[in-house]
Amino acid sequence: MLTAILTGFIFSILLVFVGKFFKGKLSILASIVPLGLFLYFFQFIAPIADGEVITRSFQWIPSFGVDLGFKLDGLSLLFSLMITGIGFLVFAYTSSYLKGHEYLDRFYGYLAAFMGAMLGLVLSDNMITLFVFWELTSISSFFLIGFNNTNPASRKSAMTALGITGIGGLLLLASALLLNNITGTYSISEMLSMSEAIRGNEFYAVAVMLLFGAAFTKSAQFPFHFWLPGAMKAPTPVSTYLHSATMVKAGIYLLMRFTPILGGENIWNYTLIIVGGITMLYSAIHTLFRTDLKGILAYSTISALGILVFLIGLGTEEAFLAAAVFIIVHALYKATLFLVTGIIDHQTHTRDVTRLAGLNKIMLPVGIAGILAAISSAGIPPTIGFIGKELTYEATYHSETIIIISMIAIVLTKILLLYAGFVAGIKPFTGKLPEEHKNVKAPGPIMWIPPVLLATLGLVFGIAPFLIEGALIKPVVTALGGDASEIHLALWHGFNLIFILSLITIGVGTTLYFVIKPSEKLVASAAKFNSISPENILNLINKGFVQFSNFWTNFFQNGYLRNYISIIILFLVVLVGYIMIGNTRFVIDYNSLSKITVYEITTTLILIAGIFYTVFTESRLAAVAAMGVVGLSICLIFVFYSAPDLAMTQFSIDTLTVILFVLVLYKLPKYLKLSDYKTRVRDGVLSSVFGLIITVLALEVLSEPVSKQVGEFYAANSYVEAHGKNVVNVILVDFRGADTLIEVSVLSIAAVGVFGLMKLRLKMRDRKRYADTSLKQENKEQ
Amino acid sequence: MRTTIILKTASNYLLPVLLVFSIFILLRGHYLPGGGFVGGLIASIAFILHSFANGLEKTKELLIVHPGFLLPVGLAISFMAGLAPVIFFDMPFMTGLWSHDTVAILGKVGSALFFDIGVYLVVNGVTLTIIFTISESA
Repeated sequence: MLTAILTGFIFSILLVFVGKFFKGKLSILASIVPLGLFLYFFQFIAPIADGEVITRSFQWIPSFGVDLGFKLDGLSLLFSLMITGIGFLVFAYTSSYLKGHEYLDRFYGYLAAFMGAMLGLVLSDNMITLFVFWELTSISSFFLIGFNNTNPASRKSAMTALGITGIGGLLLLASALLLNNITGTYSISEMLSMSEAIRGNEFYAVAVMLLFGAAFTKSAQFPFHFWLPGAMKAPTPVSTYLHSATMVKAGIYLLMRFTPILGGENIWNYTLIIVGGITMLYSAIHTLFRTDLKGILAYSTISALGILVFLIGLGTEEAFLAAAVFIIVHALYKATLFLVTGIIDHQTHTRDVTRLAGLNKIMLPVGIAGILAAISSAGIPPTIGFIGKELTYEATYHSETIIIISMIAIVLTKILLLYAGFVAGIKPFTGKLPEEHKNVKAPGPIMWIPPVLLATLGLVFGIAPFLIEGALIKPVVTALGGDASEIHLALWHGFNLIFILSLITIGVGTTLYFVIKPSEKLVASAAKFNSISPENILNLINKGFVQFSNFWTNFFQNGYLRNYISIIILFLVVLVGYIMIGNTRFVIDYNSLSKITVYEITTTLILIAGIFYTVFTESRLAAVAAMGVVGLSICLIFVFYSAPDLAMTQFSIDTLTVILFVLVLYKLPKYLKLSDYKTRVRDGVLSSVFGLIITVLALEVLSEPVSKQVGEFYAANSYVEAHGKNVVNVILVDFRGADTLIEVSVLSIAAVGVFGLMKLRLKMRDRKRYADTSLKQENKEQ
Repeated sequence: MRTTIILKTASNYLLPVLLVFSIFILLRGHYLPGGGFVGGLIASIAFILHSFANGLEKTKELLIVHPGFLLPVGLAISFMAGLAPVIFFDMPFMTGLWSHDTVAILGKVGSALFFDIGVYLVVNGVTLTIIFTISESA
């Protein structure tokens, strides 16, 4: 299983070396990778349907309880098949859609990495591993959304998507840590048996909310939905793959995966019902006000995701069944519609639905696919969409909570989705072909076969639902903690209220399609409400945040080293002083202090004299020399207290520091009085207070009994273990050798940094050239 | 920079003496005060003194390579000293390896000594790089 997940990553790394091979005519070969994976997962259908659960575990960080544990059950199998199956079609489609694109190999690399991350996400049985793959999907989707990286809008929406889904990922991590705190494990399977304890825990609500944060951001729930329409700047294969079939469903997957563990409580169910309900209705209404095909599809996807969240929130077996079916329904029709939109865009160079009509005369197979998908999305028999819609209605009708409101909401949503599906799937293909598209050519078969295949599957599953009933749907319901033995999918299930509602939906929706024509006017009328949209509000918050951080930075990081040091010292004084108030006893045991000798007094006096001379001298060079005196006095004190190693190092360092200062000062202009009387007094007070606090602290430390354990360990073991008599050196090169190794690395980096700063300064001529080119680029973008 | 004859002459004699002294400090570190860190600092002081007396160009000629090259060399030696037990004896990273017999002057030779030599080179390289670059650009 690990190999399957890594295949995507390995493939994308391989592209670095053999990328050219996949760029030209042979690019379709890249689709062998997902096809192979699809076949690999396909063979698990039979054992999983028999109730088997396949697990694999590899050690990763055992000391933290983090392993690469993978579990293949009904739920993860369904997602794996979708990821690899639709992935295969998208890979194949891309080879034609982006034919001859300069960076096609790169695109495949991102796509393959994304596929690997997504597979890892749905197969992980460990929350930390899940989190890692979760973030990997965010990052790889960032590259995919921003694929047209010369377009500023594309870059911006990639950033938005990464920001929103990335924050969600962090919430997931927090939730994982919290759940680990409650259960003592990161393993999802083990948590399953502890669900009672988790629900009883006082942090249950917090853990659930954090998990919701992750799921809602990823699955574009209100009010985090706006990144998804923005992400439509990506090439259409990306929209198909990420924004209909896979990534956005990761949140749904997460909710489903954790339903048996965390679900069943009111806070879980009601939050999901409310958020899902608002999302589905809100974005379904939005589809009325769009003319861009991809925009319509984006909003209808959000709406579908809302329905799924809503269904999971209902929490009944029927609802799980409806959700499982609807995932398949949605993946099939939405992927088809996106691929169809991509073809239209590719051939006619427009996605404006008001300018599209009658294309079936040119591209009949594409039209068939579009119309079939539209019918499935509308829930018209005999497609699988019909079964999905009936199950959804039934689950809502039989749920115990707020039936009337949710019934109205779901029917309204379905009506609007029917409208959206018709506009996207039927409108471009019916009516009279406009003059401007007379010369449009039909796409190649590699392009139209994938959508036709997907659309046909929707029809086949509808006519013969038993194909997926036992193989896919039942295991999913079992994985969600339901009893699947009674499930039976069928097109016809009697004439009842649900069927009447279904007829109403189809009738009203179709009427709506003929009454409301998508137009620029509607788009403009919706734009009036932009100022209160969640996106705008978030942007405002963002702006405020940037202003605040600008102020913060300018205040603290104003570029004057002396200010930094003052602030650091002030901060320390306040913090340490605050702790010391009430905790300091000021009891000094004079007997425990050693006798003060004459040399000590003399050295201290020299030191003090050095300090005063440094502060008050008028000459810079004299100040540096006096600093040297201070350093050497400290050196002497080290010698008195028998620390020859320290003294030697201090002596050399001090010498070198003075030399360095002299070198720098040699070229500086004449001594300037940078600080006036006032600042000097301020600095003096600050340093005195700091010195006082450190003195008190040192005396306080002395009055505490010292733990000699560490020192004794080194003294006892340095010769036995490390064959050295000089404990200081033994610690440096042996006991804590790794520290030293990293320390010298840091020193080297510092040296390289100084070298880079001083030596590699751009010459005036080069600098001018850089300024010119960047200016030109800016102009171009504007 | 103007230099005096006395300083020039003295530095010519002091350089080898200081270098030998720095190596002495480096080698005795495991048993008596000293070690790679201090040794490296003393060696760099020797070169800086030489550069003060004879000018930077002369010292650079003396060094042959740029002091920056000491950084990777030293880091590699230190790292290899830590890695040797992993490669040859399948022991954890940075386990001390020791010769059975004692060598004259040095006492027992172990991987710690090579580690210290690496530190010596890095410290020397860092100080010389920083001071040379600053004195050239200032």
